[in-house]
Amino acid sequence: MNLIFESSVAGRKCVQVPPCDVPEYQLPASLTRQQAPHLPEMSETDISRHYTKLAERTYGVNNGFYPLGSCTMKYNPRINEEMASLPGFTGVHPLQPEHTVQGCLEVMALAEEYLCQITGMDEMTFQPAAGAHGELTGVLLIKQYHKMRGDTKRTKIIVPDSAHGTNPATAVMAGFTCVNVPSNEEGGIDLDKLREAVGEDTAGLMLTNPNTLGIFDKNILEITKIIKDAGGLCYYDGANLNAIMGQVRPGDMGFDVVHLNLHKTFSTPHGGGGPGSGAVGCKKLLAPYLPKPHAVAGENGYTMDYDLPQSIGRMKAFYGNFLVVVRALTYVLTLGQKGIPEASRNAVLNANYMMHQLSDTYDIATKGHCMHEFIITLDKMHKEKGVTATDIAKAMLDEGIHPPTMYFPLIVPEDLMVEPTETESKTTLDEVVAALKRIHAMAEENPEHMHELPVKTVIRRPDEVKAARTPVICYHFDK
Amino acid sequence: MGSYVPSTMEERQAMLQAMGLSSVDELYDAIPSSVKLQGPLQIPEGLSEMEVRSKMEKLAGKNKVFPTVFRGAGAYRHYIPSIVKYIPAKEEFVTSYTPYQAEISQGVLQAIFEYQTDMCQLMDMPVSNASVYDGATAAAEGAAMCRERKRTKTLVSATAQPDTIQVMETYCQAANTELVIVPEKDGKTDKEALKELLDDTTACFYVQQPNYYGLFEDCEELGQIVHEKGAKYIMGCNPIALGVMATPGQCGADVATAEGQPLGMPLAYGGPYLGIMTCSEKMMRKIPGRIVGETTDAEGNRAFVLTLQAREQHIRREKASSNICSNQALCALTASVYLAAMGPQGLRDVANLCLSKAHYAAQQISAIPGFEMVYQGEFFHEFVTSCPVCPQKVMQALEEKGILGGLPLTGDKKGQILWCVTEMNTKEEIDTLAETLKEVAGK
Amino acid sequence: MSVPKNLMYTASHEWVEIDGDKMKIGLTEHASEQLGDLVFINLPEVGDQVEAEGSFGDVESVKAVSDIISPATGEVSAVNDAALDSPGDVNGDPYGVWLAEISNVTAKRELLTPEEYEKLLEEEA
Repeated sequence: MNLIFESSVAGRKCVQVPPCDVPEYQLPASLTRQQAPHLPEMSETDISRHYTKLAERTYGVNNGFYPLGSCTMKYNPRINEEMASLPGFTGVHPLQPEHTVQGCLEVMALAEEYLCQITGMDEMTFQPAAGAHGELTGVLLIKQYHKMRGDTKRTKIIVPDSAHGTNPATAVMAGFTCVNVPSNEEGGIDLDKLREAVGEDTAGLMLTNPNTLGIFDKNILEITKIIKDAGGLCYYDGANLNAIMGQVRPGDMGFDVVHLNLHKTFSTPHGGGGPGSGAVGCKKLLAPYLPKPHAVAGENGYTMDYDLPQSIGRMKAFYGNFLVVVRALTYVLTLGQKGIPEASRNAVLNANYMMHQLSDTYDIATKGHCMHEFIITLDKMHKEKGVTATDIAKAMLDEGIHPPTMYFPLIVPEDLMVEPTETESKTTLDEVVAALKRIHAMAEENPEHMHELPVKTVIRRPDEVKAARTPVICYHFDK
Repeated sequence: MGSYVPSTMEERQAMLQAMGLSSVDELYDAIPSSVKLQGPLQIPEGLSEMEVRSKMEKLAGKNKVFPTVFRGAGAYRHYIPSIVKYIPAKEEFVTSYTPYQAEISQGVLQAIFEYQTDMCQLMDMPVSNASVYDGATAAAEGAAMCRERKRTKTLVSATAQPDTIQVMETYCQAANTELVIVPEKDGKTDKEALKELLDDTTACFYVQQPNYYGLFEDCEELGQIVHEKGAKYIMGCNPIALGVMATPGQCGADVATAEGQPLGMPLAYGGPYLGIMTCSEKMMRKIPGRIVGETTDAEGNRAFVLTLQAREQHIRREKASSNICSNQALCALTASVYLAAMGPQGLRDVANLCLSKAHYAAQQISAIPGFEMVYQGEFFHEFVTSCPVCPQKVMQALEEKGILGGLPLTGDKKGQILWCVTEMNTKEEIDTLAETLKEVAGK
Repeated sequence: MSVPKNLMYTASHEWVEIDGDKMKIGLTEHASEQLGDLVFINLPEVGDQVEAEGSFGDVESVKAVSDIISPATGEVSAVNDAALDSPGDVNGDPYGVWLAEISNVTAKRELLTPEEYEKLLEEEA
C-alpha cells in the first residue's frame, strides 16, 4: 500500500486553523526556517482511510491469541482506556498548583499503596516510563545506597545467563560491570557458581523469578541470602510478576527493590511498543534515594515532596506516564484482593495446561511444572529436518495466531517461549494446541515447504539482511 | 468483583484433570512454604465496572481543569483535532506489541516508518529512531550517544528546561561521567563561558531551542563554537516552533531531540509524552532504540521491518549503549496523525499564531507598571516578566477567573513569571489576563 | 569446512596471516557461517593501539553480534575499507577478505596451526 506521503496531494487540507485575532508577528530571517517540511497534505477522509488500512495490517490482542513470552499480552480492559481519557485527568497541566491536582496525587498514592502491598515493598515511584527505565532506576538506587555508606568498592552487578538483555545493559548503563552467572540443569541459578561470583565488589543481583525459562527458582531464599551475606542488594525484575501476584511477594523473598511493568502485569496496553510504565518499588532502606519528586499524603491533602536530598535525581520530566498509572489503578480496583491472585493462578494454569497438551508433540525445554510461561525447543527437529523455530512461528501466522517469543532465552537452542496469560479461555487454548499439532505434522511431512511460509499474510518473509546492509529508514522525497 | 478470566470453573477443573492435578496450588510447589502468602492481600475487595467508574470519576473530579491556560514550561496546551484522538484509539494500534513479526505487523511498522520520515522532515535531519520516553530522556540518551573513549564530558546550557538538565545529570552520573552546566547571560547561553568550558574531553553540548525562557538561542553560532572544539552538538527543539524557526539541520546539529507532546498529546499531568530523537547519517548506528527500515519481501514487494537491531540490548547485552527496548509507538502515531491533519501549512499557521499571540500578550502585560519584560531577545511563545507583587497573589486572582497563570520562577529568578501563549488563547483571554494583572498590581 | 594451510588461527575463529612483524586478520569460514549474513563491521581506526586478547571491533549479522579478538598487541596499520562497505563479501570469501592489519607487534596470543584449528572445529561440532 501507499505511504501517506505518496497519497499526499498538494493543496489538500484537513484542519483549518482559526484566523489570527492579534497583529501578526514575523521572525527575523536569520531565525526562520528556510524550507517547509514535506508533511502529508490530506483531507480528513484520506487520513481516516489511510490509518484504517494500517490498523487492518496490525495484529493486537484484540485480534487474537498473542502468547508472546515475557511480554504478558493479556486483554486490555476497555474501562481502563475510558478512565484514562477522563478530561479531569487529561486536561491537567503538570505544573498546576498542588491544591488543583489532588485527584492526580491521590491516584498515584493509591496505586503506590496497592502495588506496594502486592510486591511487599514500602515505597514506590512512577517516574520510570518502561521496564528498562525502571531497571535503571532500581539499580541506581542500589548504587546510591552503597555510595551513601561510603562503600565505593562495590562495582559489580550479578546477572544470570538466562536474564533479559536489558539486565546486563542496565548494569553497564548504571556504571557497573556485569558478572554473568550460569544456570544449573533445572534452569535456576547455579548456587556454587553464585557463591564463587560474590564478594566485596558485589553491589547487587538482578533476578527474574520465575525466570525466563518459566521456572520458579526454588532456591530463591538461599540466592538472596548469598547476596545479602556478601553485602549486596537484590533487584527483582518484575517482568514475570504475573505468575505470582497474591501467591508470594518479592519483598518476602529477600528482594530490596523491584520494577513492575504496568503494561504487562497490570493490563495497560502496549500500544505497538509503548507507552508503558516501569514503576519501581523499594524497601525502607532504599526509600531516601527514590527519584524526586514523590507524591505523599500530608495534613492538608497530598503534596509532591521535592525535599529528598539523597535522591538519585530525576529519571524523567514531571512524574512519569501518569495516564498509564490511571489505567493500572483502574485494573487493581476492579480485580481487588481476590481477583489479583485469581489472575495469577489462571495464568499459571493456562500455561501448564497448554504445555501439557503439547508435550506429546513438542519438546519442552524444562522439566516439571512451569509458571506462567514455558519453552518449546525445536533443536531436534532443526537437526533432523532443518525446520527452525522461525519456520514454526511463520506457520502460526498463516493460522492467524501471533507466534511466541523466538530465540529467547539465549541458553535454549531453537526455542519458542509461550505465555498464554489468564485472559484466554480453554476453548482458545484447545484451538491453538490443535493448530500447533497440525503445524508439527506439516513440518514432519514437508519440511522444505516450511521455509516458504507464511503465504496468507500481506507480505511474505521480509529480507532483513537487505534492510540492515543498506538501511532505508525514511521516505526519500526526491525519488 | 471484576475479572477478566474467561474460563468457567468447570473448564478450569477440566484443565487440572487433564494434567492429573486436583488444585492449582500444586503448580506452585516450587515456592518455599515459609514465604508463601498466608492471608489475603491487604488491598480492597474488587469492584464492579460501575463502582470503579464512579470511584475514578470522583478522583478525576478532584482535579481542576483550567479553561484558560497561560502556563507552559515544558508542557503545552494546543488544540488537538478530533481525528488525532480517534485514530490512535483504534484497538489494533492500542493492543499490539512491538512489531517483532513483520508479516502481521506491517501497519504499525509502516506507521513508525512514516513517523520517522515526519521527524526527519520536521527536524531537517537524515535519521530518526522510533522514539524514546520523553524529551528529557531523549536529551540524556543523545548525550550518551556522543560519548567516546576520550570524550566523556557533557555540557548543557543553564537555559534548558530544569527537568531536562536534571535527567541528563542522573544519566551522566549513572555512567560515571561529568555533566557541566554552561551559565546563562541575559537569558541565553553565555557563549564566552561555553568556549572556555569546551575542551578535548568534551563529548557534546546540549542547547534547547527556544530555551526555557522562550528565547531563541543563536543556534548556528553555538554549533560552530562546539564543532571548532571537536565536540558534538545537540539541539532540543520545540516541535511546533519548527513550523517557522530555523531547523537543527540548518544549525549543524549532530543530534536533534524534542519533547513531542505539543504534537497532539494532552497535558495529562506530565505523561505519557514523546521523546523525539534524530541524528546525522554518521551517527546512525549510535542512536538508541527501535528503528524501522524499508526492504522487500520474498516476492519483491515493499516491506517494513525492525532493523539495525545489533545495536540493541537484546543482542548486544552488556555492550549495548542503552538498555532501552520500548518506544512510545502510540504517542509517535499521535504525532504523525497530528502532522498529517495539520499539513505543512497548518503547522506553520499554528506556529505563527503562537508567535503572534505571545507577542501581543507580552505587549499587553509589559504595558502594566511592574510587569516588565526581563529579557530583550527574540522569543517564540514564552517570555519572562517581572511582577510587582508576590506572584502567588497574581496566580490566586487568576485562578478565581478560571485562568492558570504563568509559572512563578524560583531560585535567583524568584519573583519573575514565565508566561506561555498558544493558539488556544484568544485575544479576549489575553485581554482578560492583562485586566486582571492590572487589578492585582493596582491593589 | 575449509582451513587453508598457509594461515594461523585463533580459538575465537579468526584467521591470521603473518608477514614479518605485520599480521592480517580475518574471520574463518566457520565464524562466517555461524554468524550468518554479515550486515555491518565495526573496526578500529588506523593508528589505534590494540591488545592481544582484547576486542578490537565486532561484526554484526541481523540477529547477532560477535567481537573480533585481537591476536596480538600492536598498532592498527590498515583496515579494509572494501569489507566495511560490503560486509557480505566476508560470507562469500572469508579467507579472501581481510579486516585489519596490525603492525609493530609486541605480544601475541597463542595461535593455532591449521591442524590444531581443524581439531578444535571437530571438538566443537
